[in-house]
Amino acid sequence: MSAELKAVVKRVGAETHIYETSVALADKGFNVLLGPTGAGKTTLIKLLAGLEKATSGQIWIKGRDVTHVNTQRRNISLVHQFFVNYPNMSVYENIASPLRVAGLRRQDRDRRVREAAELLKLTPMLNRRPSELSGGQQQRTALARAIVKEADLVLLDEPLANLDYKLREELRDELPKLFAGRGATVVYATSEPTEALLLGGHTATMQDGRVTHFGPTAEIYRAPADLATAEVFSDPPINTAPVTKTGTRMTLDGGVGWTVSGPIADVPDGTYTVGVRPHFITPRANGEGLVRLSGKVLITELSGSDSVAHFRVGRHVWVSQSRGIYQYRVGEMHDFLMDADRCLYFDAKGMLVG
Amino acid sequence: MARIGLSKLSHSYVPDPAAPADWAIKEMDIEWSDGGAYALLGPSGCGKTTLLNIISGLVTPSRGSVLFNGVDVTRLPPEQRNIAQVFQFPVTYDTMSVYANLAFPLRNRGIPDTQVQARVREIADMLELTDQLGRRASGLAADEKQKISMGRGLVRQDVNAMMFDEPLTVIDPHLKWTLRSKLKELHQRVGVTMIYVTHDQTEALTFADQVVVMQDGEVVQIGTPVDLFERPAHTFVGHFIGSPGMNVLPCEIRSGGAFFAGRHIPVDAGIGVPKPGARVELGVRPEFTRFADDGVPVTVIRVADAGRHRIVETRAGDTRINLLVPETAEVPTGDACLAFDPAHTRVYMDGWVSEAA
Amino acid sequence: MATKTDNNRAWLFVIPVVALVAFNALVPLMTVVNYSVQETFGDNLFFWHGLGWFEDILRSERAHAALGRQMLFTAIILVIEVPLGVAIALAMPRKGPWVSVCLVLMALPLLIPWNVVGAMWNILALPDIGLLGHTINAMGIDYNFTQQPIAAWFTMVLMDVWHWTSLVVLLAYAGLISIPDAYYQAAKIDGARGWAVFRHIQLPKMNRVLTIAILLRFMDSFMVYTEPFVLTGGGPGNSTTLLSIDLVKMAVGQFDLGRGGAMSLIYFLITLLVSWIFYTLMTRNESQ
Repeated sequence: MSAELKAVVKRVGAETHIYETSVALADKGFNVLLGPTGAGKTTLIKLLAGLEKATSGQIWIKGRDVTHVNTQRRNISLVHQFFVNYPNMSVYENIASPLRVAGLRRQDRDRRVREAAELLKLTPMLNRRPSELSGGQQQRTALARAIVKEADLVLLDEPLANLDYKLREELRDELPKLFAGRGATVVYATSEPTEALLLGGHTATMQDGRVTHFGPTAEIYRAPADLATAEVFSDPPINTAPVTKTGTRMTLDGGVGWTVSGPIADVPDGTYTVGVRPHFITPRANGEGLVRLSGKVLITELSGSDSVAHFRVGRHVWVSQSRGIYQYRVGEMHDFLMDADRCLYFDAKGMLVG
Repeated sequence: MARIGLSKLSHSYVPDPAAPADWAIKEMDIEWSDGGAYALLGPSGCGKTTLLNIISGLVTPSRGSVLFNGVDVTRLPPEQRNIAQVFQFPVTYDTMSVYANLAFPLRNRGIPDTQVQARVREIADMLELTDQLGRRASGLAADEKQKISMGRGLVRQDVNAMMFDEPLTVIDPHLKWTLRSKLKELHQRVGVTMIYVTHDQTEALTFADQVVVMQDGEVVQIGTPVDLFERPAHTFVGHFIGSPGMNVLPCEIRSGGAFFAGRHIPVDAGIGVPKPGARVELGVRPEFTRFADDGVPVTVIRVADAGRHRIVETRAGDTRINLLVPETAEVPTGDACLAFDPAHTRVYMDGWVSEAA
Repeated sequence: MATKTDNNRAWLFVIPVVALVAFNALVPLMTVVNYSVQETFGDNLFFWHGLGWFEDILRSERAHAALGRQMLFTAIILVIEVPLGVAIALAMPRKGPWVSVCLVLMALPLLIPWNVVGAMWNILALPDIGLLGHTINAMGIDYNFTQQPIAAWFTMVLMDVWHWTSLVVLLAYAGLISIPDAYYQAAKIDGARGWAVFRHIQLPKMNRVLTIAILLRFMDSFMVYTEPFVLTGGGPGNSTTLLSIDLVKMAVGQFDLGRGGAMSLIYFLITLLVSWIFYTLMTRNESQ
């Protein structure tokens, strides 16, 4: 097991930053910490790095209890959201710095620096100073430094947050390839659900100092343990609404209803919360089990290749997301179709029931 | 409120610009109508902020002129142009209350208190700041501070245009969403000409009726969100807009047809005659690329699960081709064939879309 | 972003400093405490005197007068130096080659040893040969700081302003240049003019450094000794005998160790108390 938190708690004064958390990270792969700002992602990373001490509990890295071991002796590397490089060193020296500390021979050092530079497309910039580089290149330098070190544990704290949209996309695409086959366990903090999905591996969703769910990313996305996880892991935000179950019939406030089958049909009748991801509510028909929602369009949003509409049905506002550019008229009534087969249902405690 | 025109405008930060690279803004003519919502979109260093500062008067252009309602304002300082600007980092007057912050531009202009009060309340209501009016601005969160920055522009009724310089940079991702929508709604309610600078396609496309895409100081396309997605005028637009961006494949023109990897690829419009030595490429978005029984042979390299769909990375020789497949569709492994939607496949020469001669 | 590491070994490196400070400050302070509760008539003979000296000092009109002068001096200094320093900082260029010239000019007075400053101004203000004294007299104003209390105060204050306003300037300037351009641009756009920009942007953003400047100027001027002593020696009469000067006169001049010790402690407590009041008042503003 590469890295593990055992009943870790972090309190600062009267505030609890991390509630008791036990997570065994997946070995040799990506572990994404996903959650909004203030959820405790950075604290968890600092605990793993040894930059902060846990109030109680233990931290294990590579089968060793490192709870009381210094950062310097943990064999980890850390890349920050802000581009942190030595300003007075060239890119080459920056990348070489951890190797020099480790006392590697000159030839080995040179080979590894050049390899990492090649991988991160920094070869033409090796002699430049960080200040002469673009933000993307500066962050690539920091990543190269993390890679050459061949650390057991690589901690990336929102490394792409301060980059331009397209650069972010490009680096996000490269990251899994960079670390593939290196044997390092990567912990990657982000607040963007899409980033978590595309990086793959495992994900721990976090909210208010708690890990709400940990497991393979795609699984968590499709079957979130609870409502909090579903909310953290959805962009645009997941639609939620109270729904009344009578037999196999689900009814929303306002009378719209549908029939369910499978395990959800067997839970006791009563009131539940239904969660519907925006892309299962579309203006066009695509699939079986569609429920019609008619509402007044309030706001529309376009991303490069998606259209989002917020519309009001009764007192409730729903969000729809569809592929392609779809132009709505704000203020007009519009029909949307909800894929009832893809709904998630949560009980009164917020736990997933089907 | 005003119609804004840029006429033969160019700007350089070096004294004697010679090479094209010396120009931060290459010569451009733009006409924006009154009350429109516009975005300047491009990567950092493309000149979009320089252009914004030229319009607001913080930078004087090297050549050409800026016109508000047809009147040349090129040499006027910012305070005489009646523009409002929201900066990347929220600017609030920290010692004042939220109310005093919003009232500040009006009081500076000597507007009577009763009018100030009515207007501030109206705008605070629009921005959902009514509950905070009595609080000190210093204690507020970044998104609320940014709302105050917007509010100080909105309260003024003499504003020619409102400028936004990457206003959501310091806002938390999950709040960006609400603020983005808020801004759109505000534009619809107040009808002031708004110009929004960003590198984020979602912000630009959501906000603007017309998006100006810039690269290296040059305007590469001005169009509606639909234009930019369906008819990119330049491979850069195809790449920059859409996620993942447009596939760009090297191609050959033979007897009036486009060929990639030895296969004829049907395309949307006519194909011009390439200049000798011109770079000829095919552009097709991942959205319009699909697996087919017969077509361009590729190898599937990687499948990334984006939740609502999957992004499949394939290679044909050295050329990378991405495509999107639905969440539930099957993805072949190893070798496969791809087909492109002819209606959305175009030929680009030296980057620019080719029209029939 | 600062990250703190808990590393107990770090304390090892601090021990020498702690020891030095203890030796430097605590030991003499304890000696003073020791003196303050005893009476001596020389020959190293000491007798227990309890809190008698403290009572003495608290009732002594001489001490009251000296304390009053000290407070007056500090008040005048703060009222002049802080606004003046801020004004100079505002007038200084923000960019360009003149920045370093101005900074060096401002730093110069701070580099001159205190007793030299006193001697300099003493000579400068002499009514017959001093440039300043001579000029004032030439203008038809009767000025002689060795004989007129008002003239002595005027010279003493002028000297301190010359010597120490730079400190306020440098701190205020540091605060000013850290204000992002966007604030000035926003103010322009909002139609704010000079005073409003100062009142709502520059002053709030300088808040922190001004707090430090005021605190430093308070402490220094409240405890100032060398310069006024070299300039006037406390005269004419006792007109410029500040608490610090009086203390030295008593303890060293009259060898009144007990009274001197008690006065030192009272002096120390007043400084501490006023500094603390200043600090809490100014930081409370900020945290609201």
